[in-house]
Amino acid sequence: MPRVQGFAQRVRTNLQVYAVGARVAILERLQYPLASLMFMVNVLIEPIIYLVVWSSATVAQGGAVGGYTAGQFAGYYIIWTFVRQFNLAVGPDNFNWRIKNGTLAGELLRPVHPIDIDLAWNLGFKVMQVVYWIPIGVILWLMFKPEVNPEAWQLLAFPIVLLLAAYVRFFVMWLVGLMCFWTERIDSLIELYFAAELLFSGRLVPLEIMPAWAQNVAGYLPFQWTFYFPIELLLGRVTINEFGIGVFAQVAWILAAYVGIRLIWVRAVRRFTAVGA
Amino acid sequence: MSTNSITVKDLRKTYKVPEREAGLKAAIKSLVARKTKDVHAVDGISFQIEPGEIVGFLGPNGAGKTTTLKMLSGLLYPTSGELSVAGHVPQKREREFLQQITLVMGQRSQLNWDIPAIDSYDLYRAIYGIPQEQFIADRDKMIEVMQLKDLVKKPVRNLSLGERMKAEMVGALLHQPGVLFLDEPTIGLDVTMQRRIRAFIQEYNQRYNATVLLTSHYMADVQALCKRVIVIHHGKLLFDGDLTQLVERFSAQKTLVLTMSDMNGKTPDMAQYGTVVTQEPNRVVLRVAKSDAPQVTARLLADLPVTDLTVDDPPIEEVIESVFDAPETSE
Repeated sequence: MPRVQGFAQRVRTNLQVYAVGARVAILERLQYPLASLMFMVNVLIEPIIYLVVWSSATVAQGGAVGGYTAGQFAGYYIIWTFVRQFNLAVGPDNFNWRIKNGTLAGELLRPVHPIDIDLAWNLGFKVMQVVYWIPIGVILWLMFKPEVNPEAWQLLAFPIVLLLAAYVRFFVMWLVGLMCFWTERIDSLIELYFAAELLFSGRLVPLEIMPAWAQNVAGYLPFQWTFYFPIELLLGRVTINEFGIGVFAQVAWILAAYVGIRLIWVRAVRRFTAVGA
Repeated sequence: MSTNSITVKDLRKTYKVPEREAGLKAAIKSLVARKTKDVHAVDGISFQIEPGEIVGFLGPNGAGKTTTLKMLSGLLYPTSGELSVAGHVPQKREREFLQQITLVMGQRSQLNWDIPAIDSYDLYRAIYGIPQEQFIADRDKMIEVMQLKDLVKKPVRNLSLGERMKAEMVGALLHQPGVLFLDEPTIGLDVTMQRRIRAFIQEYNQRYNATVLLTSHYMADVQALCKRVIVIHHGKLLFDGDLTQLVERFSAQKTLVLTMSDMNGKTPDMAQYGTVVTQEPNRVVLRVAKSDAPQVTARLLADLPVTDLTVDDPPIEEVIESVFDAPETSE
């Protein structure tokens, strides 16, 4: 029969949901090892192309492009592959799918916010991706001989920045996904979002190589804090001041996206429950 | 202390549906002036269900059954009317309310397809904050009753429809909800599976005094589980009462089954008594108007060497069909 939960009990419940949800995601990944491997290959193709292109460009330019040597480019894109596993998030198009096939209706019947289930699942997913990445990372490291020279504090700060990067991306993408409650035709918006991310996150090229206007625009967007910032930190190219500003920006974006989700979620559910699925 | 009762007062749900003529011209016109039509999916229904009751919620496709169940479970916001389920207003979707209900939709799976059901159950335990010992005891008991012992260890995608439905039922009841909304829980299942699901629902209802609102197109489900039925059509309430009363009220005909002794090869003209459903040498099934049944019975007994005669109501499916064909009147 019903269990009325106090605040402490709710926190305990949520922690349990994270633990069990993460475990379920791990089990799911283990269920399809080949699919997981193919997903990994798919994710790695992109940075390896960039890595080969920029390595060739540095050789053609006599050793460096935009202040990056071939070894630093190698380091940039190998760290990229690791950061990418960590900042995988629930894509905005996932909401469309959940609304259409009725999964969301089932989630709304549970006494836990769907974002908690997503956070839990995403955590387990990341763990498995990182495990799958390790051998590939080692091979890339041996093949491309990257120049990575972080100081001790940068090495210690990296996990924090990486975690924050993952949650900036997670919350911002969740917020964008809520648009699906108003329109099923969100594909163009999603493409625009990913195009912007590609350009302004340091995913395509390090932001330092981008024109000044692009760097200015990137300053107003959340993307660079999800790729460029953690990569540059581990490369040893971030000062302590830049680190402080970066962490502040990451926390600010997480809070802004979270508040946005809180505000829009109520209206989104109201809209969903008005029109049904 | 809340009870598991359900109260519905003048409940309405109206959808605005875009509407336009066929063709390019109409499509362009609709860009500027979009026309919409109001569709009254649920149109002012009221009923009360007491704790522990199992009520059949009947109606043809599109009658408004699922819309009503979704409003009762907080998935749809009513256009107007009052709702109370287990002491809560469903559309507020309070955590305590969601702890007390379950909605099972026969055509939609809530279990994770990629992993065994037993792993999904563990996630439900965490979501509903079920104490570990109670969870294991209840889970194992339900698995045993549903004969799912080995099946819950297989990925859900590898289960048959019936096996998956049984696993869904277990998952839906692990948190011991006091109010069950079951939307076609036996759809597409074979007779044995249907029977097992029915028995499970019945046992759960008796054990926990749970309130059950059940929709099903299988009258066997309704007859086995529901003493009371609510019938809706075009969003309006047509009938609310005992199943036997429904038959009494909407069945315009009676079925007479006669067995006769040997008539030495003579074949009597049975059409004079009523509509002949089947005729064999010594056995005839007739359909007569309910009001004529006493006179026809008397004539048959007087005219023919009847050795046995039974007067039955027509099958429940036929009665329900006649309810749906009845003119629209609400009560």
